[in-house]
Amino acid sequence: MDIKWNVKNGTLVVKVSGEMDLHTAGDFKQVVERASAMHRVRGLMVDLSDISFIDSSGLGALLGRFRQIRMMGGAMTIAAPSPQARQVLELAGISKIITIVDEPAIIEGLGGGDQ
Amino acid sequence: MMSQSGNAALSGDSNRRLFAEPPHAVEPRLIRQVKNQMKVTVLAVPENVALVRVCVAAFASQLEFTLGEVNEIKVATSEAVSNVILHAYDSFGNVEVIASLDDEWLEVVVSDSGKGIKDVEEALQPTYTTDPDHMGLGFVFMESMMDRLDVQSAPGEGTVVWMAKRVAQG
Repeated sequence: MDIKWNVKNGTLVVKVSGEMDLHTAGDFKQVVERASAMHRVRGLMVDLSDISFIDSSGLGALLGRFRQIRMMGGAMTIAAPSPQARQVLELAGISKIITIVDEPAIIEGLGGGDQ
Repeated sequence: MMSQSGNAALSGDSNRRLFAEPPHAVEPRLIRQVKNQMKVTVLAVPENVALVRVCVAAFASQLEFTLGEVNEIKVATSEAVSNVILHAYDSFGNVEVIASLDDEWLEVVVSDSGKGIKDVEEALQPTYTTDPDHMGLGFVFMESMMDRLDVQSAPGEGTVVWMAKRVAQG
């Protein structure tokens, strides 16, 4: 799994590539929490266009971040989920609680990789 | 990047080993004549989830499943193995995965010798867990992604998750 991120207008934009499962979900959590703490983040956008595999552990990591950002009064968006990610998101009913947009996230000057 | 997830139960133990087990015949439930069969036994640690689902997916590809169906088999396998890692053992143990196929069916059996499930019916329901990072959707996903699911377990006697998926009849 590879994670890239930047902060734009108070929104943390994260692009996750590869496989998101029990083993890698912790990395995602750690990167988002660290980046959120470093910057004053009011929103979170997670681009899933390059996700090749996600299961309920990966979804759990997404939902955990959604709960955190919402507790702080922020909003979360999922951008451009890959077909496999979209199927899993729909099956879990995530679209009822997290906004999903078709457009990939615009990301420039990304931080990330190993934080 | 190094992951720190899921290693808490294992840290400090330098003596991880697979447990030897007596050989036994593996009887599929739906398949009458086994065409091919595989068994993978690994330590129940998060690093092995991807390994096992890729093995099962490669094995399943011997049948004429679509790419989408192979992805579904990967999710179901991942959920079953993740459950073992998260819930079966206090420290660590084996997860054994057996896959069998004929021309029509793929059967996948994921078993452990861990602490077992008290109430299987309850475990099969989608639940709200107290842990915000887990959704309680593992069995729901297995049921949705496969055509058949059966879970047998008792406290102290481990858990056997049996799943099967049929090739669409063209």
